[in-house]
Amino acid sequence: MDPTAAKYIGAGIACIGMGGAGVGVGIIFGNYLAAALRNPSAAQGQFGNLIFGFAITEALGIFSLLIALLLLFGL
Amino acid sequence: MTVDPIHQFTIQNWAPIITIGHHQFAFTNSALFMFIIVILVSALLIAGTAPRAVVPGRLQSIAEMSYEFVANTVRSTAGNEGMKFFPFVFTLFMFVLFANMIGLIPYSFTVTSQLIVTATLALSVFFIVVVYGFWRNGLGFLKLFVPKGVPIYILPAIVIIEVLSFISRPISHSVRLFANMLAGHITLQVFAGFIIMLAGFGVVGWFGAAIPLLLVIMLTALEFLVAFLQAYVFAILTCIYLNDAIHPGH
Repeated sequence: MDPTAAKYIGAGIACIGMGGAGVGVGIIFGNYLAAALRNPSAAQGQFGNLIFGFAITEALGIFSLLIALLLLFGL
Repeated sequence: MTVDPIHQFTIQNWAPIITIGHHQFAFTNSALFMFIIVILVSALLIAGTAPRAVVPGRLQSIAEMSYEFVANTVRSTAGNEGMKFFPFVFTLFMFVLFANMIGLIPYSFTVTSQLIVTATLALSVFFIVVVYGFWRNGLGFLKLFVPKGVPIYILPAIVIIEVLSFISRPISHSVRLFANMLAGHITLQVFAGFIIMLAGFGVVGWFGAAIPLLLVIMLTALEFLVAFLQAYVFAILTCIYLNDAIHPGH
């Protein structure tokens, strides 16, 4: 296979990992919203935890995006 | 007519390079924008706090709100003892926030889209946590890696995982901010490239180009949200890591 083609295919495959992070972030915000509607008074206090969980989950998706970017432009 | 989406992140030297010994000092566009950020943050806070009015004006409101916002974050995540790190966290937050926001102005340079900048910030947080943790708790800081109430036979595996996750903190801390900024700006550039490509097809293309134009406008709004959110995430993670240094027991 042509190395350039393999590079582009690899970058595309690496981006699949972002789907998992998308699901994870959706679960976090969905559950936060569900809990916030049940108990709106406690929602404000958990905002920090929400952002923390979002950041940790999102980082994993960003890592796969980084691999794709490295394949496309870096290496 | 293709647009190179990476071109916007090029570092350009804007002044003669000064050589001292074996080290070269260059004044790049990155350095210029860092100066602009520092001047803007200082100007906002100095001008905002100068009137000291009981009923704050617009500028004073912004200064007070940013202070209160970061102070509440630090107090709720790292406790009252963490407030001694408030100046550090506030500086980080304002620097990253202004870097992200200024980067969204067209033709400007995003300082936080350079991995070396975010890695420097993240490593400074990491070393402050390690040094302060050992200075305050002595060897008790190592309790951070040994969670309470874990059965003894899985403890070695847990300790290894905890150590690894602690070491990978500066990596994820810096790469998160860097990659978010990089990916956001590349996306904007690619969609802006679509407008030019479609508009090149004549009158039919002009109507087609309206779609990516609309998307770029919405993406820019999203990027402003991301710019703020990532600055907040950077600050809150700093607080959480500092909290580990102050209270190492789980």
